[in-house]
Amino acid sequence: MIIRRAPDIRSSEITPESVYVNRRQFIRAATAAGAVGMALGPRALAGEEAAQSQEIPARFARMTSELDEPLNTYEDVTTYNNFYEFGTGKADPSRNSGAFRPKPWKVRIGGECNRPGEYDLDDLLAGVTLEDRVYRLRCVEAWSMVIPWYGFQLSTLIDRVEPTGNAKFVVFTTVVRPEEMPGQRAPILRWPYIEGLRMDEAMHPLTLLATGVYGMDLPNQNGAPLRLVVPWKYGFKGIKSIVSIDFVEEMPLNTWKQQNSFEYGFYANVNPNVSHPRWSQARETRLPGLFKNHETLMFNGYADQVQHMYAGMDLERWK
Amino acid sequence: MTAQRAVLALKLALWVGALAPGIRLVHGVLTGGLGANPIEMLTHWTGMTALVLLMITLSITPLRRITGWNPIIRLRRPVGLFAFFYALAHFGIWFVFDMVFNVRWMLDDIAERRFITVGMAALLVLVPLAVTSTRGWIRRLGKRWGKLHRGVYVAATLGVVHYYWLVKADVRLPLAFAAGLAVLLVARHPRFAAPRPAPGGGRSAAQREEDDVDAERVRIG
Repeated sequence: MIIRRAPDIRSSEITPESVYVNRRQFIRAATAAGAVGMALGPRALAGEEAAQSQEIPARFARMTSELDEPLNTYEDVTTYNNFYEFGTGKADPSRNSGAFRPKPWKVRIGGECNRPGEYDLDDLLAGVTLEDRVYRLRCVEAWSMVIPWYGFQLSTLIDRVEPTGNAKFVVFTTVVRPEEMPGQRAPILRWPYIEGLRMDEAMHPLTLLATGVYGMDLPNQNGAPLRLVVPWKYGFKGIKSIVSIDFVEEMPLNTWKQQNSFEYGFYANVNPNVSHPRWSQARETRLPGLFKNHETLMFNGYADQVQHMYAGMDLERWK
Repeated sequence: MTAQRAVLALKLALWVGALAPGIRLVHGVLTGGLGANPIEMLTHWTGMTALVLLMITLSITPLRRITGWNPIIRLRRPVGLFAFFYALAHFGIWFVFDMVFNVRWMLDDIAERRFITVGMAALLVLVPLAVTSTRGWIRRLGKRWGKLHRGVYVAATLGVVHYYWLVKADVRLPLAFAAGLAVLLVARHPRFAAPRPAPGGGRSAAQREEDDVDAERVRIG
C-alpha cells in the first residue's frame, strides 16, 4: 500500500514541538486551575470539553487550506452542521446524537461489482491509509467552513470491490435507526437519506470517505463512523453514517432532489452563477465570519481539478 | 382601581416577556453562546419573535370578546409595537450582514426571491401602523384608524407565508403558525365574533370597530 502524504501540509505549517508542548502545558495548567472557561470564554470551553477525551493533534495548530485559509475550530465543525436525522437545527446533531452507536459497523456493498458483501468497517479500514485532507465545505445554504477531514479516497475502496462495466453510478445510503436518531421519527425527509455520484466523480482523487475530523474519530453528529466528502459539491452530497454502497446503471434519485427537484439537483456542483431559487449562490458567509461577503468560487475552488468532468454540460440545467 | 392595576401588571409582564428574547440574543452575542453562526440565530429568532408577537396582538381582540374584559385592549398597541421592532431588527440584521449594506443586492433579492418579497412587504405594511400607533394619530384618524390597522391581518399573513416559503423541508411549525393565524382571522368574522350579551348586545361590525377605537381612547380620556 502506498503511503500518501497529506497533500495540504507544507513543512512550513508543521508546528514546532516547543509550540505545541507549551500549548498543552497551558491547557493542562488552565484546566487544573479550573480557569479554562474564564481564560478562553464559553465557546472555547465547550470546544475543549468536546475534545476532552482526545486532544487535538498538534499538527493542526497552524494547518491551512491550499488557499491559505485558516481551519474552522473543532468546536465549530462539531456543533454547527446539518444532519436532519438528528433534527433540523444546526445545533441539533451535536445535542441529539449522544445515543447513537457507531460501533460495531457494517457496510453492505452491492450491485454491479464483483465483490459484493457485508463488510465490517474495521476490515475495510485495515487495508487503507488514513490521511488528513483540508477541504472547504460549502453548504447550499450559503455558509462555509474549512475542515481537516481524516479518511481515505473512495477510489481505493471502489478498486477493491471491482465494479463491472455496467456500473455508471454509485449510490450511498444512511443508516435508519429512529430509536437512536430522533429526526427520523418524523417524516421530515423520506428516510433513508440517499446520495449518489457518477462513477468518474466517485473515482476522483478528491472524493473522500471520511472516518474522522481533526485526526480523531468522527463524532456522531458529523456522520460517524463513515461519511462521504465531495468538496466541489454542496454539503448535502456528503452523506453521513453510510451503511450501504451500491453500483448501479441509472442515475439515482438523491434525497434532496426527491424532496424538491426544483431547488436541488443530482450534481449539486458549487456554482456561483446558478442561484438557488431562494437565495443567491454568488456569496457565502465564511464562518466564523459574520458577513455574507465571501465570494463563492466555481466548483468551490476546485475547478482546475474537476471541471473536465463536466465539459460540454449545461451547468444551469444539470444543477 | 383593580382593572388599572391588572393592566399595569400585564404591561409589566409584556415588557419582561417581549424584551426577554432580545436580551437573550444580545447576551448570546456577547458571550458567544449563539454558536458558530450567530447571525443565522439572530435572524431566525428576531423573525420568530416578531411572528409570535403578531399572533399575540391578533389574539387580544378575540380574548376581549371572550372574556368581556375590555381593559385588555390596552395591551394591543404595545404588543404590536414590540412585534414591529423585532421585525425591523430582523430586517436590519439581514441588510447589514447578509446584504452587507449593498442596496442593489438587497433590491435584487427582494425582486427575485419570493420569500424575501413577501417578508419585505410584511414589514412595509407594518411601518404605517407603527407610525400611527400614538395617541395623537388615533385622535387624528378617528374611525379610519381602525380600518388602517386592519393592515395587521395582511402583515401577519405575509409573515407566515414568508416563514413557510423559507423553510427547506420541515414545514410543521410554519403550518402551525398558519393554522393559528387562520383561527385568529376567522374569529373576527361577524358570524363567529358574535356580539357579547352585555353590555353592547346586537352591535354591527362597524359599531364594534368604533368600540375598538374607543377602547384605545380610554387611555386618552
